[in-house]
Amino acid sequence: MNDISRGILIVNESRRRFLQGAGGLALGIYTGAAFADSGTAAPGSAGGGLVGAGNFEPNAFVRIGTDNSVTVVAKHLEMGQGTFTGLATLVAEELDADWELVRVEGAPADNNKYKNLLMGIQLTGGSTAMANSWEQMRKAGAAARAMLVAAAAQEWKVAPASISVAKGWVHSKNGHKASFGQLALKAAQQPVPQDVALKDPKDFQLIGKQKLHRKDHADKTNGSAVFTQDYKLPDMLVAVVAHPQRFGAVPRTVNADKARAVPNVVEVVQFGGDNKTRFSGVAVLAKNTWAARSGRDALEIDWDESGAFRLGSEQIMAQYREMAGKDGLVARKEGDAAAAFAAKPAKLIEAEYELPYLAHSAMEPLNCLVKLGDGSCEIVNGEQMHTPDQGAVAALLGITPDKVSITQLYAGGSFGRRANPHADYVLEAVAIAKAAWDKGVKVPVKLVWTREDDTRAGYYRPMFFHKARLGLDGGGKLVAWQHHVVAQSIIKGTAFEGFMVKDGIDATSVEGVADMPYAVPNLRVELSTPDNIGVPVQWWRSVGHSANAFVKESLVDEAAVAAGQDPYEYRRALLGGAPRLKAVLELAAAKADWGRPLKPGAAGEKRGRGIAVHESFNSYVAQVAEVTVKPDGSFKVDRVVCAVDCGVAINPDVVAAQMQGGIGYGLSAALHGAITLKDGVVQESNFHQYIPLRINEMPAVEVHIVPSAEKPTGVGEPGTPPIAPALCNALFNATGKRIRRLPVADQMSA
Amino acid sequence: MIQLDINGKTHSYDGDPSMPLLWFLRDVANLTGTKYGCGMALCGACTVHLDGQAVRSCVTPVAAAVGKKITTVEAVGHDKVGHAVQAAWQKLDVVQCGYCQSGQIMSATALLRSNKKPSDADIDAAMSGNVCRCATYVRIRAAIHEAAASLAA
Repeated sequence: MNDISRGILIVNESRRRFLQGAGGLALGIYTGAAFADSGTAAPGSAGGGLVGAGNFEPNAFVRIGTDNSVTVVAKHLEMGQGTFTGLATLVAEELDADWELVRVEGAPADNNKYKNLLMGIQLTGGSTAMANSWEQMRKAGAAARAMLVAAAAQEWKVAPASISVAKGWVHSKNGHKASFGQLALKAAQQPVPQDVALKDPKDFQLIGKQKLHRKDHADKTNGSAVFTQDYKLPDMLVAVVAHPQRFGAVPRTVNADKARAVPNVVEVVQFGGDNKTRFSGVAVLAKNTWAARSGRDALEIDWDESGAFRLGSEQIMAQYREMAGKDGLVARKEGDAAAAFAAKPAKLIEAEYELPYLAHSAMEPLNCLVKLGDGSCEIVNGEQMHTPDQGAVAALLGITPDKVSITQLYAGGSFGRRANPHADYVLEAVAIAKAAWDKGVKVPVKLVWTREDDTRAGYYRPMFFHKARLGLDGGGKLVAWQHHVVAQSIIKGTAFEGFMVKDGIDATSVEGVADMPYAVPNLRVELSTPDNIGVPVQWWRSVGHSANAFVKESLVDEAAVAAGQDPYEYRRALLGGAPRLKAVLELAAAKADWGRPLKPGAAGEKRGRGIAVHESFNSYVAQVAEVTVKPDGSFKVDRVVCAVDCGVAINPDVVAAQMQGGIGYGLSAALHGAITLKDGVVQESNFHQYIPLRINEMPAVEVHIVPSAEKPTGVGEPGTPPIAPALCNALFNATGKRIRRLPVADQMSA
Repeated sequence: MIQLDINGKTHSYDGDPSMPLLWFLRDVANLTGTKYGCGMALCGACTVHLDGQAVRSCVTPVAAAVGKKITTVEAVGHDKVGHAVQAAWQKLDVVQCGYCQSGQIMSATALLRSNKKPSDADIDAAMSGNVCRCATYVRIRAAIHEAAASLAA
């Protein structure tokens, strides 16, 4: 998602406001759901109306049980990026909890309690989970701690100042000792403190200090972790859908006789086509997945394609190339680029770059469970965008948002896909459940997409065409840079348009280029946005940066080569105004032994090294890639050295994991990733055609984290943008061949 | 009536014998640790053991599993190799989203049963059928070495 922390919707949740909010919450007494052997609590138990006696719930984020368990309610989705662990770390730090007794559960939909403070709505995205929770979660922990201390002081008749807390135990100087669980009920009776002091960072015991195991590492290694795919309700039916093969087509006639003849198929319904849902199609509802799928495959549908989109990727790119030759909207202007080029710089670089559509292709294909009631709706989902989805579902059903509850489960990956600004797959699930309900089938329905459905249903990272002209003076210095980006808008037509599209420019289309940090005196970045392309697009891990960093960092490399200068030193000289970027660049280069020649490969092999540096989501990442190219052009990425500055590294091992994973995800796209259309039909269906990175292609990765006292920023996305340019710059370094079109695929052999 | 031996328990089934084992495990036996990822033996998320051999349950008909011992991720830890693999996975915090990891663990366990000290190249060869979109591959390699070392100790 976009870096909207620089945008308008910044909510300055003051300390006072937070505490007023916390004070307004009921201090519920709840029974402890005893899942103490697991790092995570039972799904769906957050705010689930537990009753009885046994827990202390000082605010919306912490619950302490008489069994000593500390439950952290995570307002952000755990989709692999480590939020559950990070949020728990913040709470546990200020609470002085025993890390082993801390567990985490996903928050329900409740915008008042659980909104993303940088966005104003309950949403996981933009690599903001830690950034927006940094103070809020620590205060939640500190408030709970203060109430435990107050309870102990009252119980022991000692001054609060004489009490200390460590690892889930409360001690007094005169020898009293009690566990959190023993104090829980008394703590619940204490007033919520009107102000809480946070620790001096030098006193941190957990944040950035030691390796804390992920809270989800046990249940995700023994098969007990529950994803939407695994969630069942009594009488639930599984729905498998037939989507049209072209975007915008609708069923004209449907013959479901053969589908209905499949054993265990219960109902067949048509959905969509009403401008409320994004798709239209036919769903087969059955008692198990195999029956539903077999039924789906037996449907005979005649599609009305009169309104369908019918262009192919080549035609789309040809249109973009033509658009890039005309004037666009100006997204950045420094100096006078036209005049600088008219003055005939000593050296000129002219280049066109092309990037394809990309599917997110998370391991868990999209799915969503819906249980309708009379005037209500329960959603069970790897929920990434609670507030917008809640609103969209309410609108579809004609009920109010408070009648839509959401249970947030783990997501088996997302990479942005589960935060669909049109609520596409969620609405599809609800539309199917509603259609079944209207036919008298009033049972829970779980929509599951097959891999092929997931690959072909759109909402791709947009295709990009870039046309650029760079001018260098006699000394090789960049004096002019003119750049035209052509891409579909992700944001136009969504609820985010009001603050992410300005003067017709979708900020996500040009991010990473228009805001480039390099000191270029004459810079002009233009954008053209086509409005005739019917392929749905969406944010994909690092959004516009995923394409634009590749182009920017490749072009700077081209400039360094044209100038006859070292690509690292060339960048370094241009980054005087960006000290944190410069620092990660220097760190990555130093750790990669940039100054020393690479060890040569075997006879006939060429080795090369490439560097790239990029800021996204307020984090700074530099990467050095090393490659070995064989005489036939096949190549291997041997090693990637990564330096990251994300402010305070709350969980350094999670930060390292996100850099490793971000590199692998970006490398997968750079090497193989492409969704292509012919006559409007997506050509890829499963992993044999939309090819993922496999272990044999994964380089060794070293991650170096810049020590920092700055507020934490994101790590979910910023590891991805630099890898494609680092790779292609390395391939150029090895062979002299410049890759200007992704994926690399077989271009090195050509 | 088909009888299946899953994790040492007998399950009876009178449905479609051509249904992939994956859907029996998940939808009938309620063993949801084994995952659907592709349905074409391309991603390995559905990997289980049949008589100790790693197979892709998404393309293995129920009928083909009759008379064999089926082991899933829920029970692989009962065996010392499987247990060592799970422990190494936890020690190195391999998981991210976790969806593919059941399959990774089943493939890694099968590898370590046949090769007590695999090299990186052995690991790449044995594990390249298991896709991880979070790209936890660096840690998967390290965790397999870790498990091998702990079993040798």
